[in-house]
Amino acid sequence: MPTQQQTIDEVLDLAAAQFKVPRESLSPDDDFFKRLGIDSLQALSMLTRLEQHFNVELPDYELQGVSDFRTLAERIQSRL
Amino acid sequence: MQTFSGKAISWEVKDGVIEVALHREPANEIGTQSLQDLEQLASVLPVLEESAHALIFYSTMAPGFSAGGDLRELQRRMAETERQAALAGVREFHQRIHHVMNVLDASPLTTIAAVHGIVFGGGLELALTCDLIIADRTARFCFPELRLGLIPGFGGIPRLKRDLGNAVVRDLLLTGRSFNVTKAQQIGLMSQVVAEGEALRAARATAAQMGKFDRTTAAAAKKFIKPIPYDELRQEIEIVIELYARPAVQAALKKFVESTDAQPYLP
Repeated sequence: MPTQQQTIDEVLDLAAAQFKVPRESLSPDDDFFKRLGIDSLQALSMLTRLEQHFNVELPDYELQGVSDFRTLAERIQSRL
Repeated sequence: MQTFSGKAISWEVKDGVIEVALHREPANEIGTQSLQDLEQLASVLPVLEESAHALIFYSTMAPGFSAGGDLRELQRRMAETERQAALAGVREFHQRIHHVMNVLDASPLTTIAAVHGIVFGGGLELALTCDLIIADRTARFCFPELRLGLIPGFGGIPRLKRDLGNAVVRDLLLTGRSFNVTKAQQIGLMSQVVAEGEALRAARATAAQMGKFDRTTAAAAKKFIKPIPYDELRQEIEIVIELYARPAVQAALKKFVESTDAQPYLP
């Protein structure tokens, strides 16, 4: 199982690739809505990719109120 | 009418396949305009069926297949119209959309929904009228209506119940959560999962395969295996109208429409 840090790094890698932003511009505590400039539908698209990458099912209600990469990675980690 | 170009949907018949494109900005919300175009399709379907063996629904819009009912139009009408008249309008809309969905469901053609991105609410209900759902890996499905104090109103529950186990239907309905193609395939909703951007190509290949079969036999098989739950569909309309009459629904619609929250689609 990956460590928490590995999961955070992979989340940041995938977000940078999906929304075509430099990886080095993203930090774990960034608000991903603001940093990536995305809306809720794009966030769901990111969730779809993360679920497939990590092979987990993450109910979106667990993400209610979550807007930073670190907490998002924690939610994923809890399902691995 | 071999081709049609509407404001919300268009179609053309190619090689015996009716390809119906959904193309209403921003995400194929189903309101009055989409309904009128769908009614146009339903009215000419008996003629189109003479020269076709399959029908494919797909979306040309980037966000996905459809975000579902047009909540902004609905809220505006509810706010601008006297209560009883507004409820009568909601009933009429639902009766009309049910008629279209029932015509599509009962068509002797083999029907395919080729979906990507968001397939929410009324969009999922439209897909559920089809015989097969082919999705690319970006697809995400959801019945979010409960967060507005409603239930799916375009025939979603009876059709989902027809196709899936009741426990799965309860999970999806009562949590209002969205789910990806992996989950959709696990629960038996999906015919095929393909790579991003490949759903329409796969649907065309599937439709071409179906073109090899005798139409009368295919139609008989469909009629035998896919009964239409008319009684439950009628009940659904009554439940929806009852729920619409509650002030809580008006408040929830208003909150959704006026929301500046970055997460309005996260239940």
